[in-house]
Amino acid sequence: MSARVLPYAVVLAAMAMVPLVSTSPFYVNLVSQIAIAAIGALGLNVLVGHAGLNSLGFAVFPGLAAYLVAWLSTVGGIDPVTAGIFALAGTLAVSALFALVALRTTGLGFVMITMALCQIVWGAAYRWTSVTGGDNGLSGVPRPGASLLPLERPEVFLWLCLAVLALALVQLGHFFESPLGVALRGARDQPRRMNAVGYDVWRIRFAAWMLAAAWGAAAGLLYAWYHQFVSPHMMAVTASAEVLLMLVAGGAGTLAGPLIGAALVVLLKNLASIWIERWVMLLGFTFVVIVVLMPDGIVPGFTRLRGWLRRLKPAPAPTLVPRERADG
Amino acid sequence: MPDALTLSDLHVYHGDICAVRGLDMSCAEGAVTALLGRNGAGKTTTLSAIAGLLGTRQGHVELFGKALGGRKPEAICKLGVGLVPQGRRIFPSLTVQEHLAIAFRRPRHAAERVYDVAAMETLFPRLKERRRQLAGSMSGGEQQMLAIARALVTNPRVLLLDEPAEGLAQQIVAEVAEAISELKRAGLSILLVEHNLPLALRLADTCVILSSGEVVWRGAPHILANDSDLMAQHLGVH
Repeated sequence: MSARVLPYAVVLAAMAMVPLVSTSPFYVNLVSQIAIAAIGALGLNVLVGHAGLNSLGFAVFPGLAAYLVAWLSTVGGIDPVTAGIFALAGTLAVSALFALVALRTTGLGFVMITMALCQIVWGAAYRWTSVTGGDNGLSGVPRPGASLLPLERPEVFLWLCLAVLALALVQLGHFFESPLGVALRGARDQPRRMNAVGYDVWRIRFAAWMLAAAWGAAAGLLYAWYHQFVSPHMMAVTASAEVLLMLVAGGAGTLAGPLIGAALVVLLKNLASIWIERWVMLLGFTFVVIVVLMPDGIVPGFTRLRGWLRRLKPAPAPTLVPRERADG
Repeated sequence: MPDALTLSDLHVYHGDICAVRGLDMSCAEGAVTALLGRNGAGKTTTLSAIAGLLGTRQGHVELFGKALGGRKPEAICKLGVGLVPQGRRIFPSLTVQEHLAIAFRRPRHAAERVYDVAAMETLFPRLKERRRQLAGSMSGGEQQMLAIARALVTNPRVLLLDEPAEGLAQQIVAEVAEAISELKRAGLSILLVEHNLPLALRLADTCVILSSGEVVWRGAPHILANDSDLMAQHLGVH
């Protein structure tokens, strides 16, 4: 196992062992939530961190997948696994259509158009009550269950989430080093130069969009199975903003950043709200501190801190050479 | 010798402003053609139009007899036009290695020379030393070498060089000039835009002077070098 993979393996293994340490399903479920949020944040990281496309509508991907799987397996009466496959395919199909609109823009235009697309789907979920249940959402979403894999048990569900998270880390780690991943960063730095060296920038961005959609959809499926309930709130602007906050906090463009950002936000949300009623203020304060001290996020911030500490270390004392030998 | 690149009656606009009006010129195969002129004469505009980064309203661009008009920049690159843009425009967050890896393209035509990563490291030994360095953290001269290498590994049939010596120290200018001479000796067709007149005159086989988007003079570099009136009038050299 290479040195780069080791820290991830240790963290995932530690997360997987939480059920062995804690008998309370609360902590097990908390770790599941972190894993699901991290999968989503990793998806958004493809767009924000590597393509340089800042989206404020990322929640549309998990939202579509969650609603599709919920509707298909409750109203449609299809078994959960098949429903999940259809939901993934459906989300990717709709995302491809959205790409035709969204990828016409970059910069602020992209921020607004992704938000608008997400609002359209949110609006449909909120108003089309006969299908989506409106504000009440769809409940009673069944988890896939087999005799070998009893997913209704919190610890088994956690292990499924961690397996998907591991898959996401491996796939994206490879992608970012692949020629397409490098070309994506090139297109972020100098889109016109990518044209001039023979690349169709639109196609590169489309690939990034679909990859983000795929991991967003995976997070959405797990979200629907975890809560066994979906509601329009998962596609609200605040939901998209939350994923963006995870990235900003952890460090966009890094592989570990989304994981750390997701852990931070989920923990603050769940643990701080036990002790402090106005936990949102604490969340805001935390972000102000991070942005002031580590503007690029926690992971790049610590990398820089390590560099400083290394330079602060006193230089090794010069070796003393006896005079007579030095003179010859 | 056949023409590598032919521009006929080329008109290029920036919005409503006509920057190149009816340009006729050609670049001979295996030669260096220098495009000269004052600031705003339309030199960079011409290169951008050839590379497809700017649309042309009128006229034709032909690469070895093949019309390039109306094609996208990526298609023009694949047909064999390599652009080294003014100001270098490297990808700051990619390493030298990554630049060359993503830009590399096998030549479409059975050429005797293939510019690959190894060939670039021979041409610019500094790039070999900097292989794993992020391009954004390199010096201007190294970035210029990388920009040239990035265009060369697309294995172009014509190389467009926009101000390769701009803002570089004398020592680096000499290194870049030596590399360009090397490419010329290997038989690459080059269209060079350069403000450093002695350098342009030394490298060029033919000179074309633009003024307000039109050709005002063309001829051999040694004739231009001996015509101080011409240089004073169109190039601002006294």
